[in-house]
Amino acid sequence: MARAPAPALPPPPAASGLAWLRRRLFATWFDAIVTVLAGAALVWLLAALIDWAFLDAVWSAEMRERCRETAGACWAVIEARGRLILFGLYPHEAHWRSTLACLIVVATMVLSCLPAFWGMARLAGLWLAGFGGFVLMMHGGLFGLPVVTTEQWGGLSLTVFIFAAVVVLGMPMAVVLALARRARLPVVAGLAALIIDTVRGLPLLTILFAAAVVAPLALPDWAQGDKLGRVIVAFAVFYAAYQAEIIRAGLQSIPPGQEEAALALGMPWRSVVFDILLPQAFRNTLPATINQVVITFKETSIVTIIGFFEVTASASAAIGRGEWGAYYVEVYVFVALIYFVFVFGLSRYGAWLERRMRLIRG
Amino acid sequence: MLRMLRTRRSRGIIIQAALLAAVGALVAGMVLTARENLIAQGIATGFGFLDRSTGWPINVALIEVSDRSSYARMLLAGLLNTLHVGITGLAGATLVGLVVGMMRVSGNLVLEILGTAFVETFRNVPLILQVIFWYAVLTHLPPPRGAIDLLGVGFLSNRGLMLPMPDWSGTDLLLIAAALVAAVIAARRLGGERPLRAAALALAAVAALAVLLLFLGHDPARPLISLPQRQGLRFVGGLTVKPEFAALLTGIVIFGGAYVGEIVRAGFLSVDRGVLQAARALGLSGWQVYRLVHIPLAVRAMLPALANQYVWLMKATTLGVAIGYPDYFMVVSTAINQTGQTIELLLLLMGGFLVINYTLGGAMNWLNARLAIRGRN
Repeated sequence: MARAPAPALPPPPAASGLAWLRRRLFATWFDAIVTVLAGAALVWLLAALIDWAFLDAVWSAEMRERCRETAGACWAVIEARGRLILFGLYPHEAHWRSTLACLIVVATMVLSCLPAFWGMARLAGLWLAGFGGFVLMMHGGLFGLPVVTTEQWGGLSLTVFIFAAVVVLGMPMAVVLALARRARLPVVAGLAALIIDTVRGLPLLTILFAAAVVAPLALPDWAQGDKLGRVIVAFAVFYAAYQAEIIRAGLQSIPPGQEEAALALGMPWRSVVFDILLPQAFRNTLPATINQVVITFKETSIVTIIGFFEVTASASAAIGRGEWGAYYVEVYVFVALIYFVFVFGLSRYGAWLERRMRLIRG
Repeated sequence: MLRMLRTRRSRGIIIQAALLAAVGALVAGMVLTARENLIAQGIATGFGFLDRSTGWPINVALIEVSDRSSYARMLLAGLLNTLHVGITGLAGATLVGLVVGMMRVSGNLVLEILGTAFVETFRNVPLILQVIFWYAVLTHLPPPRGAIDLLGVGFLSNRGLMLPMPDWSGTDLLLIAAALVAAVIAARRLGGERPLRAAALALAAVAALAVLLLFLGHDPARPLISLPQRQGLRFVGGLTVKPEFAALLTGIVIFGGAYVGEIVRAGFLSVDRGVLQAARALGLSGWQVYRLVHIPLAVRAMLPALANQYVWLMKATTLGVAIGYPDYFMVVSTAINQTGQTIELLLLLMGGFLVINYTLGGAMNWLNARLAIRGRN
């Protein structure tokens, strides 16, 4: 039985800004109720936040008596204890060195994010110079700078240094592990798989703890090195285990025909890997890589537990039990903002990179 | 020798043999050095120390432990603490994540803004900082004398959160179990044409029955629910949630919730719009499309990412050591400090976490395979 088609509906009206708002806010009566209730909560939250953080806040340490009276934030604590938060136990008169060292590493990070520096030799040279500058500034001992041992390093520059060192050391390790896991030699592949799966099954803290506390027992004196160095290497292995799986996924996403064709053309294996496979693997897994790097930045805070004075630990120290003890919220919010700025910057950079890659691919 | 290097096969064998020898030498060297160092410190290797009493207490435990408990029991208490906070945290994070994720795909602008603000705030700050922050908040609460009264049923003070707790005897529990079994059977029997309504009816009926049974068979001298009461400077009765546990749990639930929220959002967005439009075109109502098509497909898309997140959160429970929550890691590291049985305890520590995480990962894989749609991979 044939039925006549229903008459065609008129075209939907052109969407205006007002129609869009109405659809997003008051689509149904239920939506309208939700919008009003949630909107009231949002406005109330924002107002409370602005009151606390800005309008009722006390900004300068000279007026700290007012902190006890106001309901707002006492940012005076940041002025009074900011140096402790940012520099940890680093000697007071040498704070400029810590600042400079921190800036060197951040500048190196920013530079290596620029496409102009992408290339094995350039990146290696850049980071050698960056780390060299950092250690020279932080540790001293040359050019008349007094020596500051790693036990006294702390604050933001330690956080940034651990992060940069872990990623820079971990990335080549990850490439090696990923390639090894795909190798045709069963012992090589099995060993890589064992390392990757074991490390990924363990909490980072246990690995860092083993490196900091247990490793001196199992290593001869000449191989022990510095506690900070051991922790960074162990952290880098942890990062590499995760990054290796990301790279492996990227390698698997490349059609096998490309590798076969390149080998058939007589290209050497090294060139196949570094010029054909790895660039594509990195590009295909860029979001996951950025995500892992961001997680690593946040996880540097874990070294607090094994006795390093990076920015989280120095925040707790800055609060202490003394006169500023009551203003812990302000201190933690300040430190959270520091992390937020770095993490947010990294993820924005990742989004920009992704767009750029897509443009190149066309 | 040189000729052997020329063929690919023999070169592979030589490389692998060399690698094995190197790794073996490294491990053997480390074990021997460790042994030498331990002997120099006068520490006997082996697991005999597990039977010795510890001499130190822990402040939060599910089983009874004291400073006279053996190391084995103390380690068990730590492991149970890890599982306790981990499993509760996973459940809480999933709940928060579901709410936040659905807010972000709801289409309502205000809900989206609220959800996005939540995710961006709590995902971009390290978990350990959040845990320390919540601990500071909880320990800065007023002392028991000025405790915050939660509508008369609970109290919040710097000693923790006091909540009412069911105080049920063995008979009570048996009656409840019997009622639950009856509910399941009844729901299955009554479930016919309208399974949902029948199940709801059956459940309501049997819940009423359960309450009735409970009051009939209950010892009238004992209250069914024990309420916390203030007595001078402390509280008696009820359930006490220690600030260490509460702070770690809050941190894991909120941080994990932000991550799970993103997974939930991605899961909902991954469902092909064409499938949803097809369901609408077949005459399903909006709610039916949501319940029968959108949610089932979204959940399947979420599971692999969720499994990774669960394992990650389980490992994150070790951060409790920063605020003194005696999880497995904290108990093991204290034990290493006290006994010097480094190698054995490290093996127990890593073994424990590997078992927990592989069990969790295996369970999620099983669920994933069970739910997979036939004919798709």
